Amino acid sequence: MNDGIDLNKAYEPSEDVVVREIEGEIVIVPLVSGIGDIEDELYTLNETGRDIWTRLDGTKPLAAVVRELAEEYDAPAGLVEGDVVGLLEELIVRKMVVEKG
Amino acid sequence: MTRSAPAHVRKVRSGEARLWTSRRPLLTRLDIELTERCNNDCLHCSINLPAGDREARGREWPAGSWKKLLDEAASLGCLVVRLTGGEPLLREDFEDIYLHARRLGLRVMIFTNATLVTPSLARLLGQVPPLEAVEVSVYGMRRETYEAVTRTPGSFAAFRRGLGLLEENGVPFIVKGAVLPATRGEVEEFEAWASRLPGRPGVPSSAMLFDLRSRRDGRKNELIAGLRATPEEFVRFSTRRGGRAFEEWREFCARSGGGRGDRLFMCLPSGGSAAVDPYGRLQYCLSLRHPATVYDLAQGSLRGAMTEFLPEVRALRAVAKTYLERCGLCFLKGLCEQCPAKSWAEHGTLDTPVEYFCGIAHAQAVAAGLLEPGEKAWTVADGTARMKRRS
Repeated sequence: MNDGIDLNKAYEPSEDVVVREIEGEIVIVPLVSGIGDIEDELYTLNETGRDIWTRLDGTKPLAAVVRELAEEYDAPAGLVEGDVVGLLEELIVRKMVVEKG
Repeated sequence: MTRSAPAHVRKVRSGEARLWTSRRPLLTRLDIELTERCNNDCLHCSINLPAGDREARGREWPAGSWKKLLDEAASLGCLVVRLTGGEPLLREDFEDIYLHARRLGLRVMIFTNATLVTPSLARLLGQVPPLEAVEVSVYGMRRETYEAVTRTPGSFAAFRRGLGLLEENGVPFIVKGAVLPATRGEVEEFEAWASRLPGRPGVPSSAMLFDLRSRRDGRKNELIAGLRATPEEFVRFSTRRGGRAFEEWREFCARSGGGRGDRLFMCLPSGGSAAVDPYGRLQYCLSLRHPATVYDLAQGSLRGAMTEFLPEVRALRAVAKTYLERCGLCFLKGLCEQCPAKSWAEHGTLDTPVEYFCGIAHAQAVAAGLLEPGEKAWTVADGTARMKRRS
């Protein structure tokens, strides 16, 4: 467990947001009220966030996401885990992802 | 990857260029005129067929066609769609079209008179917000004035009820006024009322330079022309809060540089937006209906219109001698509303100077000290020097 985020759990995008890929950018658009500040705001992800987001498919546990990324980037797993947990915290606060199962 | 990355999720306003790190999408905004019909019959309106016009209703695109168009718009990267009319809420399938747009991840601008807002629609807009403030046109502060403009008994009460429903359901909205003979005495009251509404602070916009009908209805156009503010009235109204307007007008002129030459289109950036009328005809903007600038989507595609047709329209050049000799040389283009759509509505051409807007811009320039009374801006040899001298 990391700050309430369980690395053994899988997460997926919430049905309360619409996720679009436009010209190479991941754009997250709130669908229902209570996600963003209602008016005129969208959300995008930085490069790290994008790489993590595309792996949140509701089947793969976060620990597997960390392993995959550590391998791909040839980076220490501890460092990658920090990024994954950091992103998940941001997404959960904004109700953009949900825990699966 | 780094542990010190401060934030992976970035909040941006969709109109900001920094949303795009590589290139902008082919289409960023789509304006949709869902119907020409309206349940009001406003004196000054450039688009209001009767609500019950069966011929117009029969020709309107069904929801399925709009949904397909929205699908294509989203696939081209579109972020914002504007649903307008006429009165878009007259469409019984409005909620269906709206929800489809929102489920595609589009933000939706809704232009309405609010009289047809129902409890169910207000709840829906509260639960699935449009992500843009609903824009509500207001035609007066009391029943007598409002209905003198809308010529529709009961419309004032319906508008107040609709606005109340939006407010109760937490739907952000802004109000826009219209300065007409009937409402001229209520401007201060309107602005004070608007400032107390939830949402955006500041002075609401009020239209007074009304467009003629782009469908070129001569009798209605005479009526609209008679309701427009004179140049003197416009200057007096715009400067009633002090001299800041003069500075802004000088800045507009300075920023926009010299004359237009033979350029016709000054208003929209290259690429990015398009408009579609109720029958599936794509236009450069909702007001420009010159046959040479209209594309039938039934015979093509949105992508085809964006990549081939609109660039050709944008490349059109003025040929009329009066335009080239006046607008082509005039340094007031930052103030003047001359454009192909206005030329079309008034004269049936793309490049005829519109005397009304020319008069308004000249009155502003005289008031701001950029011109002497009676002087014509296109006769000023060096507009840049004139702007510097007067600033």
